[in-house]
Amino acid sequence: MIRTEELLLNVGPQHPSTHGVFRIVVKLDGEVIKEATPVMGYLHRGTEKLAENLNYTQIIPYTDRMDYVSAMTNNYVLVHAVEKMMQLEIPERAEFLRLIVMELQRVASHLVWWGTYLLDIGAMSPFLYAFRDREIIIDLFNELCGARLTYNYMRVGGVKWDAPEGWIDKVREFIPYMRKKMEEYDRLVSGNEIFLTRIKGVGTYDAQTAIDFGLSGANLRCTGVNWDIRKNEPYSLYDRFEFDVPLGTNGDCYDRYFIRMEELRQSLRILEQAIEQFPKDGEIMGKVPRVIRPPAGEIYARIESPRGEIGCYIVSKGKAEPYRLKFRRPSFVNLQILPKLLVGETMTNLITILGGVDIVVGEVDC
Amino acid sequence: MSDEQEVKRERKIMTPEEREAKIKAAAEARAAREAAKAQAGDAEASTEDAAAEGTAAEAKPERKILTDEEKEAKVKAAAEARAARAKAKEEAEAAAAEAAPKEPSYNQPRLDRAIEILKTKVAVDAVEESYINENNSHLPTLTIKGEHWYTCAELLKHDEAFQCDYLRNVSGADHETHMEVVYHMVSISTQHEYCIHVKTDREQPSVASVTPIWQTANWNEREIYDLLGIAFPGHPDLRRIMMSDDWVGHPLRKDYVPLDSEV
Repeated sequence: MIRTEELLLNVGPQHPSTHGVFRIVVKLDGEVIKEATPVMGYLHRGTEKLAENLNYTQIIPYTDRMDYVSAMTNNYVLVHAVEKMMQLEIPERAEFLRLIVMELQRVASHLVWWGTYLLDIGAMSPFLYAFRDREIIIDLFNELCGARLTYNYMRVGGVKWDAPEGWIDKVREFIPYMRKKMEEYDRLVSGNEIFLTRIKGVGTYDAQTAIDFGLSGANLRCTGVNWDIRKNEPYSLYDRFEFDVPLGTNGDCYDRYFIRMEELRQSLRILEQAIEQFPKDGEIMGKVPRVIRPPAGEIYARIESPRGEIGCYIVSKGKAEPYRLKFRRPSFVNLQILPKLLVGETMTNLITILGGVDIVVGEVDC
Repeated sequence: MSDEQEVKRERKIMTPEEREAKIKAAAEARAAREAAKAQAGDAEASTEDAAAEGTAAEAKPERKILTDEEKEAKVKAAAEARAARAKAKEEAEAAAAEAAPKEPSYNQPRLDRAIEILKTKVAVDAVEESYINENNSHLPTLTIKGEHWYTCAELLKHDEAFQCDYLRNVSGADHETHMEVVYHMVSISTQHEYCIHVKTDREQPSVASVTPIWQTANWNEREIYDLLGIAFPGHPDLRRIMMSDDWVGHPLRKDYVPLDSEV
């Protein structure tokens, strides 16, 4: 029997595998984790407090900076909440544009996850491929709204910019391109024996635990729970399109990986149908009062972001600024299960499991 | 509350009867306005007569100067017209409300059932308030008394009628008169949703922790404790989560004053 000594190891906050400024203190016995304590708040900017002194349109750029890998869905959850409160009608063209950018964003976000996850595990080249293809989407967004990451694209009642000429065609061309690249990705990584050994049976939990911890997105669906807000409580125009919700069975990193890969394909499927049905012309802004004052009351709106259920709880007192604004951030909630998953795992699996949860620290801290 | 009701009423799609009632009420209001105008006109005419008499000897002034009497008459007429308008409006509103008593929401039976179960299984006074949040997809919203909250939460998760196994979100809010913790929960199997409010005192805010019931409440409660200062007795590890451990005050409270005013 080898005598081992307990060691307190500090991972982060500046460590590339923590995807931002996230810190975790692990108690190690040899190479086995005895206890893990996440420490957060390094990126806390007080968005919710700031929002109390801003009007609703001014808050939109702040949402860009929460989950900066998926700013479009963040934009949407805020404007969606306000629109629901005011019972506004959104022109069809605007809603189509929103849906298209949200699905493009899901593809871009999953690509970032795919690239960085493999980079964490030790494969360098997939990262380069993923960022090469994500760049096309970012260029599309840049053309649409003049920003690469923080778009500030949506408004209460519609969108800020109409699609420039030929933009829709570019999205149409992107779909078959991305499909071909997906095959390439699968050939490169998905069947790799070493990679599969690293993720199979790692970080396993069952459906009961997932629900108890309030997990959402791929983290919940990997246990076989059929829960996708796009299907369950259709918002935007999702009820008009055909797509499947991929489900796992084992609840391990392997299932999470393949669910996200399949979600990429399903997003392309939605995009294809949306481009087909895209209205030729129409308004991009609905009839919205000049000063947005939702009626007094409260609302909790939620949508399916690439990371899970992102929600927005607004308490309004009928003023132009929200009285209280709270975001339910999927990364924050999903991360809670981490200390439980890590106990008994090795240090190498810490990286695999943390990457598999798919967090963005901007959203964890908000 | 009355503001809210008014807004809701305005937004509702009108049924034919309702529209008819509105049209009728509007017509009445119009008639009342006209009557008031005619009255005012009479008053003016009579003052004109008086003025004509009074100025018979003098040269007719270009612009009539109003005597006190005239002024009074005008003011009176205007007030009458205003009163008539207000009355007509009130009547129109009453007529509209009467013609179509607000249809109960499709979730009303579910809310009633929830209240009944909580009242019989927990305590008669467990539910303080309840309403259907129509803008939020007709979400049944209940306010539960703080001392009964933990028992109610257990029931909400485990009872056959609720099965709310998925706690979507926990938020806190400082309402200046009181503090509030808001829970949004849903049942994965039935997809029934509830929103629960638990009010607490502002000086010594404290709400029973539901972390033993839903694990997901753990960090959410820590965040609320950190930012609003609400204590959660029964929480396994109530520490600050966003702010640093030595931070003074709770930033999301409405009376929070930053230590460093430059920031």
